[in-house]
Amino acid sequence: MPTKVTYREALNQALKEEMQRDDRVFLIGEDVAYYQGAFKVSKGFLEEFGSRRVVDTPITELGFTGLAIGAAMGGLRPVVEVMTFNFAILAMDQIVNNAAKIRYMSGGQLSVPIVIRGPGSAAHQLGAQHSQSLEAWFCHVPGLKVVAPATPHDAKGLIKSAIRDENPVIFIEAQLLYPMQGEIGDGDYTIPLGIAEVKRAGTDVTLIAYSKMLLVALEAAEKLAQEGIQAEVVDPRTLRPLDLTTLAASAKKTGKVVIVEEGWPFAGLGAQIAESLYRRVFDYLDGPIVRVTGRDAPMPYARNLEDAAIPDVDQVVAAARQVLYRR
Amino acid sequence: MLLIRRFEERTAEMYALGKIGGFCHLYIGEEAVAVGAVDALQPDDYVFSAYRDHGHCLARGSDPKRVMAELFGRATGLCKGKGGSMHLVDAARRFLGGYAIVGGHLPLAAGVAFAVKYRGGGQVVLCFFGEGAVPSGACHETLNLAALWGLPVLFLCENNRYGMGTPVERAVALYSDVAQNAAAYGIEAGRVDGMDVVAVRDAVGKAVEQVRTRQRPYFLEAVTYRFLGHSMADPAHGHYRTKAEVDEAKKRDPLLLLRTRMLSERLATEDDFKRIEQEVAQVVREAVEFADASPVPPVTALEDGVYI
Repeated sequence: MPTKVTYREALNQALKEEMQRDDRVFLIGEDVAYYQGAFKVSKGFLEEFGSRRVVDTPITELGFTGLAIGAAMGGLRPVVEVMTFNFAILAMDQIVNNAAKIRYMSGGQLSVPIVIRGPGSAAHQLGAQHSQSLEAWFCHVPGLKVVAPATPHDAKGLIKSAIRDENPVIFIEAQLLYPMQGEIGDGDYTIPLGIAEVKRAGTDVTLIAYSKMLLVALEAAEKLAQEGIQAEVVDPRTLRPLDLTTLAASAKKTGKVVIVEEGWPFAGLGAQIAESLYRRVFDYLDGPIVRVTGRDAPMPYARNLEDAAIPDVDQVVAAARQVLYRR
Repeated sequence: MLLIRRFEERTAEMYALGKIGGFCHLYIGEEAVAVGAVDALQPDDYVFSAYRDHGHCLARGSDPKRVMAELFGRATGLCKGKGGSMHLVDAARRFLGGYAIVGGHLPLAAGVAFAVKYRGGGQVVLCFFGEGAVPSGACHETLNLAALWGLPVLFLCENNRYGMGTPVERAVALYSDVAQNAAAYGIEAGRVDGMDVVAVRDAVGKAVEQVRTRQRPYFLEAVTYRFLGHSMADPAHGHYRTKAEVDEAKKRDPLLLLRTRMLSERLATEDDFKRIEQEVAQVVREAVEFADASPVPPVTALEDGVYI
């Protein structure tokens, strides 16, 4: 029987099971131990695993991320919790110049099996410095893998694969997803990195969306169904490496594509996905791919402005109508 | 030390001939620090370095042929030509690199020490860096974490007086005693004459022993001097220091100091030095020949090794 748990609980279970399975796995980050995680993902960990394996850090992202990268070089399997990905900016040098490159620069002598995880994207009125979708930054870098699951089931299966992967993996969660409930698989399952999933089958238009935006796309698909439009919703789940085979198959089938992302439009991830699809299935498309993105501004605080800055269901529905020429 | 000196001299020649490209930072003048320090380690201890890393790699026992081949960008290089001068790695000798963002490798060294401690191992991590890294955030965050968590790292600051062209007194607030930066974190610190290889070995030996037994970091400042420019693009004295200053420093050439001492203490004869000189010349000649005869990496391998 599948059980229903929150996204937070799914992560908690997965991390716990991985730490039970492998002594080399440890959790390190700000307030992960005594506070039990800023978003309570590591609830109960200190009690079960002790402070050797659940390591509270000072507020020094560069220092503890770099240290964890070194620990991975030294044979451990660190899971770094960044309280939010906004703070990972402080550790960008360590992530980009060290984690991503050490294997390559050393001619394959060294490897960095590390997971850097935490919430990305906006929550509610947290202001410009705490409301950013930075996945495109990480996706740009060869040597990194980037994962952004939307459901509890995917979160559990993907974080396990990320921990067992030999490469550095950036694992982007979302604050607003933590309380969302969903059915998860039984026991110790994994979902391979780099595999997209069709979350809703359809024939008329393809909606590509990941993380929080998957929920927006699914809701939009419901609305479109009421108009007799059958939207297919595809979640890449892993953003690098991107499962172009699955995305292209859907695009080829429907001939119409909308990409939904919360991040900024210029040089955003959707631009890359669109370019990749144009190269693969241009001849099968009935018209240009349409992107629905966050607005091109730092996140405003005022509730109405923030709402306007983030893609919503109506925008996705409108975009679908646009590619279907049904204005 | 002589091997490093001659190796670096030939490296400069090969650079001038266009056999070696990119940024290339020579270690001439600072040899006693790497040689004395690495000599105090066990084979299973770990070593990190920054971008002026040829000397540390050779001191750790890496094959000069494979080091030179890496500088030449050849498939037979330590890193298959993917690393280059600033990113030498020899994992088998636990020489973990070769990092070219100033201060950026200090957290890595602390992380390997964290892994050692986590597993209950007895190894020590020796981390070389220049005084130019001392004001960086990476350095201070690492010192704090290493002290906080009692990590077995020896931070070995090679103070060669200049971060590129900026003298230490214009870069480090506590310039007259750089190790005080570590003392601020409760890390025991010392200073040694980095031109005296025996003094370095003794100081590092004591420090390593202390790090190993007490499971606490240690910060050692080795006062040294680089005889050549910052990189191959920089003349020996440039605009930021005088020829007189360089000439003065050369009076305390670490090779000269050791030679004088060994002769006066009758530990070696002139003939011994001649023989060593010939042996080293042979090793360096063979390294260059090996590198020059080695194939370049295949272009088909360009994207290999990005991921496992």
